[in-house]
Amino acid sequence: MNRTIYMDNNATTRVAPEVVEVMQPYFSEFYGNPSSMHTFGGQVGDAIVRARAKIAHLLNADPDEIVFTSCGTESDSTAILSAIRANPAKRHIITTRVEHPAVKNLAENLHAFTGHKYRVTQLAVDSEGMLDLDEYEKAFSEDTAAVSVMWANNETGVIFPVQQMAEIAKAHGVLFHTDAVQAVGKVPIDLKKTAIDFLSLSGHKLHAPKGIGALYVRKGTPFTPFLIGGHQEKGRRGGTENTASIIALGKACELAAARMTVENTRVKHLRDKLENGLLTSIPNAIRNGHPSTRLPNTSNISFEYIEGEAILLHLNTVGICASSGSACTSGSLEPSHVMRAMGVPFTAAHGSIRFSLSIYNTEEEVDFVLEHLPPIIDKLRNMSPFWHNRHKS
Amino acid sequence: MWDYTDKVKEHFLNPRNVGQIDTANAVGEVGSLACGDALKLMLMVDDKEIIVDAKFQTFGCASAIASSSALTEMVKGMSLSEAAKITNEDIANFLGGLPKEKMHCSVMGREALEAAIANYRGILLPMAEGEVVCECFGVTDIEVRRAIEESHLRTVEEITNFTKAGGGCGKCHDRLQELLDASAHQVKASIIPLKASRRMTNIQKIKLIEDVFEREVRPTLRKDGGDIELIDVDGDIVIVSLRGACGSCAKSRTTLKEYVEKKLREQVLDTLTVEDDRA
Repeated sequence: MNRTIYMDNNATTRVAPEVVEVMQPYFSEFYGNPSSMHTFGGQVGDAIVRARAKIAHLLNADPDEIVFTSCGTESDSTAILSAIRANPAKRHIITTRVEHPAVKNLAENLHAFTGHKYRVTQLAVDSEGMLDLDEYEKAFSEDTAAVSVMWANNETGVIFPVQQMAEIAKAHGVLFHTDAVQAVGKVPIDLKKTAIDFLSLSGHKLHAPKGIGALYVRKGTPFTPFLIGGHQEKGRRGGTENTASIIALGKACELAAARMTVENTRVKHLRDKLENGLLTSIPNAIRNGHPSTRLPNTSNISFEYIEGEAILLHLNTVGICASSGSACTSGSLEPSHVMRAMGVPFTAAHGSIRFSLSIYNTEEEVDFVLEHLPPIIDKLRNMSPFWHNRHKS
Repeated sequence: MWDYTDKVKEHFLNPRNVGQIDTANAVGEVGSLACGDALKLMLMVDDKEIIVDAKFQTFGCASAIASSSALTEMVKGMSLSEAAKITNEDIANFLGGLPKEKMHCSVMGREALEAAIANYRGILLPMAEGEVVCECFGVTDIEVRRAIEESHLRTVEEITNFTKAGGGCGKCHDRLQELLDASAHQVKASIIPLKASRRMTNIQKIKLIEDVFEREVRPTLRKDGGDIELIDVDGDIVIVSLRGACGSCAKSRTTLKEYVEKKLREQVLDTLTVEDDRA
């Protein structure tokens, strides 16, 4: 097996060759510290200024509103902890049942982190993974300190109406954070037109390297640093800048802005071809997540009566990389919290497979998956007692 | 990615003895769709009690399929009394070992084999008669005690790896620790006496039941995408309706009896009986 067909881009992406090229000199040639007084370091500081502007441009924000972090998780923690510290008397947080663990586990463990007892409302989703805005409105109380809702879900790609939700939070005088790690670069974002206070993004989800993230903090929003140290990032995040990766993130955002149309046309076309092909050629296959209010690159399909890890390992033998919401792949014994929140029946939750594409996928690769997956499903179903008994119960 | 041995990979990709034996005279079925794995083992046993053929159907991950395949290879040609001695460790060893988090797959193999032998002999296994300790995966104290003794388990995490008990909501971790302690000290777990009966009006009962549902039952069920509604209270009979994922879950009866009823008896009235509105 030599070829790799990579369809797991919501897990991580290939670093774009253009990005690798621009970041390399910052390891061996321009290795100065951007905080130094000499020109040798100062020129790196200038490059960071240019990179920051590119990230701000992709989000339509001001460069001053961008804080570099080490990853999406750090951005999420910084934003949420900052928001609740801005209102220490308020002890209620609104989030959703389908957040990434970076937000979900933080919210659930808040009282342990802070020594206070926080109440967390986790908004439910329907069978298509969508939120109910009436339930959201009703969740607010005098005690609500912050809202954190993801822009797009990593497992299903379902997009939440975060702009509208931020307006509602603003009307209640509550700070609004969105984990936009999966959305940035895939759907247009115009922060000047929204009431969002904090937005998290992660480099390695948009063809920059791992280990670099950013947090958008709206001008005037109360802010407390998470990492306390030097004056870097205007005192908002201590620690010497990850210069090469910051330059890389700048380039990746510039590329993402230029490729947004391709993402929403060619990549979407490939995703649709793959999804429709699988749904028509394989019986008892069900799409998870809303059909249209969804990222252009993500498809999550349940193959009933079989188990996800077994499907993934068979795909692996032919070089296809995907992921699953099954229990066995996580080691947790239970299917993913997203599948459970959507009420996906157990017959299907264990057999859910996520394909997440990128601009580097080709039509020929989609055809390859369409050719190789159906026999794998057949083979595993032929082995499954539930497949043979499915008409009996 | 799991660290599977080459033999596990080989048995997963090319499983032996997949299929059905229509005339099987020893059949063992364990696991469920909800649990994420299940095995149906079919044996053909001759009049000298020799296993002349073995086939399986498995729903599950790579190690579940490999364990099933290994088991059928192991038992073919054995006498039933020899087969009865096979342990989960034997199955794992046949495959060159399993990742510790996957040991429950080998346990599933042994359980299916025991069930098949019991089926051939026409006897009932004692497993189902124990007290359900883990609601999420329907594991009884008998199964947990046995795993502790046979595989010399020392921690709750090990119990989860071998039996799945404690791998869901985690509410039974204290109880599992008790079982570990009891086995270490050979002390029998104490039985908590039930509260004395009280006289209550229906309105009082309904109010208290709703309180328990709201405070304890619903948050637990909602974690798994389920819910519960109180339909009626008729004397000491509480009629409820399970909603969402619980409504279609194969273990809903266990949930009602072992979890909901227990909670209500502890906190409302010890004479209450819970019934499903569809029953």
